[in-house]
Amino acid sequence: MKSFSGKALHWEWRDGVVEVTLDREPANEIGTVLLGELEQFVAAIKSFEAETAACIMHSGQKRGFSAGADLRELYRGAIALPEKERNAGVRDFVVRCHAVANAIDAAPFVTIAAVHGVCFGGGLELALTCDIIVADKMARFAFPELRLGLIPGFGGIPRLKRDLGNAFVRDLLLTGRSVNAARAQSVGLVAQLAGEGEALKVARATAAQVTKFDAIARAAAKKFMKPIPYAELKQEIELFCELFARPAVLAALKKFVESTNAMPYLP
Amino acid sequence: MRTLDQTTQEVVDLASKHFNVPAGSLAPSDDFFKKLGINSLQALELLSRLENHFGIELPDYEVQGVSDFRTLAERIQSRL
Repeated sequence: MKSFSGKALHWEWRDGVVEVTLDREPANEIGTVLLGELEQFVAAIKSFEAETAACIMHSGQKRGFSAGADLRELYRGAIALPEKERNAGVRDFVVRCHAVANAIDAAPFVTIAAVHGVCFGGGLELALTCDIIVADKMARFAFPELRLGLIPGFGGIPRLKRDLGNAFVRDLLLTGRSVNAARAQSVGLVAQLAGEGEALKVARATAAQVTKFDAIARAAAKKFMKPIPYAELKQEIELFCELFARPAVLAALKKFVESTNAMPYLP
Repeated sequence: MRTLDQTTQEVVDLASKHFNVPAGSLAPSDDFFKKLGINSLQALELLSRLENHFGIELPDYEVQGVSDFRTLAERIQSRL
């Protein structure tokens, strides 16, 4: 399926490049709708991968690439269920997220995340599945999960460790702070910086360059240089589910959802 | 090296430009959330703007609880 238009995202294939636009108000929070449509995208990959050199993932929402998991949906869903079903439901969601992330990570074509604004939590995890992150200078990156008594649960830690030095990974995770695009580039998280509002333009130029090369060599090089840490990813699922089962997490989610604090996104 | 007053004025000017309010309508002691009617994500946009302008990195936990321009400028000043 070379094009799709859904409630949370749409994609369009043209001239060897597929562009996926995340487009769910207000900030592409990853809940059941967006996840479901990402699963549809992943299922469609086989239908166009042979003719595809690159995939650009970007956001149509002004606030940014993605603010991460839909915590309001997660909380509402969690409190509606008894503990056992709640934990099983969260595990199912996380496993599905991992399957999507692994499929994008392993795609034979080059994947480029064009990031503007906020790229937090699950949003950063989605960007990390891509081979190249292009960020506009106003983009910000964060893993704020510790504030909720959790760790990133969509594959963020193993992928971050794969790509970056541990000192920065520890700082990012243990402080929950956000960093700007320049800092992210200096540590190697972001490959290319773009002017404000220009990330998609730069991503398209990068994709155009990528299309010039031999597809088999390109896919082989990608697979060789970017191993997927499957064992660690499975460990992350277990640790996330173990942490989520604690009452403190539901309390933290409740606090976030009901907060009138002007800055709930800050640590 | 900038003085705190200079830094404060630059912060106020950047905020008024970023949020498209008339220059001079913001004061150093203003609560920027209430005065500008912004939310936390918009505050992070301002933080990016300030970091880019001053060439610094300002961890967001250092601005937790800060709501006026003057105090924000103090946090920035300590990173210059």
